[in-house]
Amino acid sequence: MSVVEWVAAALLALGCGFYFAGTVGMLRFPDALCRLHALTKADNLGLLLVCSAMALQSQSLRVTLLLGIVWLFGLLASTVSAQLIARRAVDDHGECE
Amino acid sequence: MTMATMLAAAIVFLVLNLAAGLVRVARGPSASDRMLAALLFGSTTVAVLLLLAEWTGQPALRDVALLFVLLAAVLSVAFVGLPRHVPEEDR
Repeated sequence: MSVVEWVAAALLALGCGFYFAGTVGMLRFPDALCRLHALTKADNLGLLLVCSAMALQSQSLRVTLLLGIVWLFGLLASTVSAQLIARRAVDDHGECE
Repeated sequence: MTMATMLAAAIVFLVLNLAAGLVRVARGPSASDRMLAALLFGSTTVAVLLLLAEWTGQPALRDVALLFVLLAAVLSVAFVGLPRHVPEEDR
């Protein structure tokens, strides 16, 4: 494997580690809002690392731009989802639980 | 340790992550906990699709991932639902 592939593999491993951290937070945190926090932040960062790894691996400008757009829309989708879920959680239980 | 092996291992790992997240969806005491599935599936499935695109050598799967992430925002609106308490004077 060349240097580029090693860097891509390292980024991929780091991204999987962040996905794992998000899932652990989702299972272990005490409150719906805390779980939401863990899932959104860690999964977004994991997605960024996975997209960078795949962009490096493909070594093509078109794929890099496409994956950048995928990540940006991933940010948008998770922001919208998190806001709606948080509003529903606050509606159901109140702010401090 | 080739790149293909790492990709396969990462794909299996992410799918196992999905399965572990479903435990919260099944167990979570409130409805908002179950709605976390929308977020989890949105992020993780996009990552799995991108990895599959590289592993199987099908660049079309990247376009599938883009479509999926575009629809994820719409899906979350449908899945989570609108706020439950609409004030009377707004009707």
